[in-house]
Amino acid sequence: MLTIENIETFYDKVKVLNGISFTVAEGKITAILGNNGAGKSTTLNTILGLIDDQPEKGTILYQGLPIEGRETHRIISLGIGYVPEGREVFEELTVKENLLVGAYQRRDKRAVKEDLERILTWFPALKDRIGQMAGKLSGGEQQMLAIGRALMNKPDLLILDEPSLGLSPRLVTEIFGIIKEINKQGITILLVEQNARMAFQVADEVYIMENGRFVRNGPAVELESDEDVREFYLGIKENESIKGYQRYKRKRTWR
Amino acid sequence: MISQLLVNALVAGSIYALIALSMSIIYKASEIPNFAQGEMAMFSTYITFILLSVLGWPFLYALAGTLVFAFCLGFLFEFIFIRRAKEPNLLGFIIITLGFQMVLYGLAGWKWGSDQRTFSLPFSESEVVFQTESVVLTEHNLASIVLAILVMAGLYLLLEHTNLGLAMKASQQNVRAAKFNGIPTNRILGISFGISSIVGAIAGVLVAPISTLDPSMMWDPLLKGFAAAVLGGMKSLHGVVIGGLLLGLVENLFGFYISLEFKSIVAFAIIMLVLFIKPSGLFDKHYVRKV
Repeated sequence: MLTIENIETFYDKVKVLNGISFTVAEGKITAILGNNGAGKSTTLNTILGLIDDQPEKGTILYQGLPIEGRETHRIISLGIGYVPEGREVFEELTVKENLLVGAYQRRDKRAVKEDLERILTWFPALKDRIGQMAGKLSGGEQQMLAIGRALMNKPDLLILDEPSLGLSPRLVTEIFGIIKEINKQGITILLVEQNARMAFQVADEVYIMENGRFVRNGPAVELESDEDVREFYLGIKENESIKGYQRYKRKRTWR
Repeated sequence: MISQLLVNALVAGSIYALIALSMSIIYKASEIPNFAQGEMAMFSTYITFILLSVLGWPFLYALAGTLVFAFCLGFLFEFIFIRRAKEPNLLGFIIITLGFQMVLYGLAGWKWGSDQRTFSLPFSESEVVFQTESVVLTEHNLASIVLAILVMAGLYLLLEHTNLGLAMKASQQNVRAAKFNGIPTNRILGISFGISSIVGAIAGVLVAPISTLDPSMMWDPLLKGFAAAVLGGMKSLHGVVIGGLLLGLVENLFGFYISLEFKSIVAFAIIMLVLFIKPSGLFDKHYVRKV
């Protein structure tokens, strides 16, 4: 569905993405894992055309169509929904207005109304606060609003950037349940996460990113049993004998 | 006497409010104080004059033609000059608007000369619609108040009940988020400039009959409108309307009770006071911008 080939992205003169390639298979959940500053969000921003004049190199194909270098609103109109890191709801607009902004590209007014009703039944907390300013909502409610807003675009591909950020463990579980549910409705999902545990629970395919390139990738079930991934991303130590410098050295040889 | 003062205050306030609104629409959308606003309005007023007096169009057609012209002028100003600015900062934008102001001023002076013309509108300054012992309401007074109300109602409907208005509000709050929700933010900004220019043009048409039609006719009203916008809070549309009305009131009371000569200074005194006491204006909410 989405194929990224050899993307290089620069901030000013600093190369942030080092020629990364990956694919998002239709109907699946693909997750990109990595620490702060690994380049995960930059990858998403590059796909969505949110960084001016980037990528410098590489191609991005969405359903066979090259979209690199296009304006963001044109990319969105192809049927992509985006839930950004930190939610970015319109704080001075009501919940309803926020959801309607998500449907800006759609011209089928009646269907938009129906979708609005449907999405509100998925998120009952939003239904009770339909007329309130989005800035007044709690973090979890804002996250749901951001997801609902992206769904209003009737996307075939939903892209989420750190949906677990800043939420309580109970809410994180709830949000990931929702993501799984959305995927079951036939929407392909590309997920960026720091919370590896949760990501492994829902994802079909996992890519691990460090310093602007992928160091490991594969089906979630396979990667989950990889010793290094278990140790460095899931925090499970099986072999106590490797410590300190040796461990660092082993990790370093990944690249 | 006091009731006549109130009428005058309301009329002046309506015009200030329109100019303040036109500035505020652009400032909200882009944080650019558009100093070309007055000259854009002046230029559009000349178009009304030509359509009306030279080509002999009926007033309503001439007004419609003016509004179309004003919209294009605003839209093209954004498209040709503002959007081209590479790595723009506020100072750069201010210089661009000042430059555009001078271009328009020069063009008007060259094309239509600096001789002052009289302007015949269907609402005249001397025809009285309503009169009692203490109050005289002229056609122009009435037209100013009615047009201002119509513009405000129109803006309200646009912003609260249309998709375009929603897109404008969303883009004002968070351009990035507007983009990834599929809003063509550049086009929306251009349209905002166009709408602002329309509001300014209506103010220009109302100012021309009470001053004279010449290239510098908007200098004084623009500064008053700017003061009104600062007073109300540049980013609050209802705030700048109240700012305009307040300024009209204070100015007229000052002129009557204290000094007619120094009436014009009131606007500047108000700018200073607001900047000392509450720089964001009376009605603007201070909300912190996330980086």
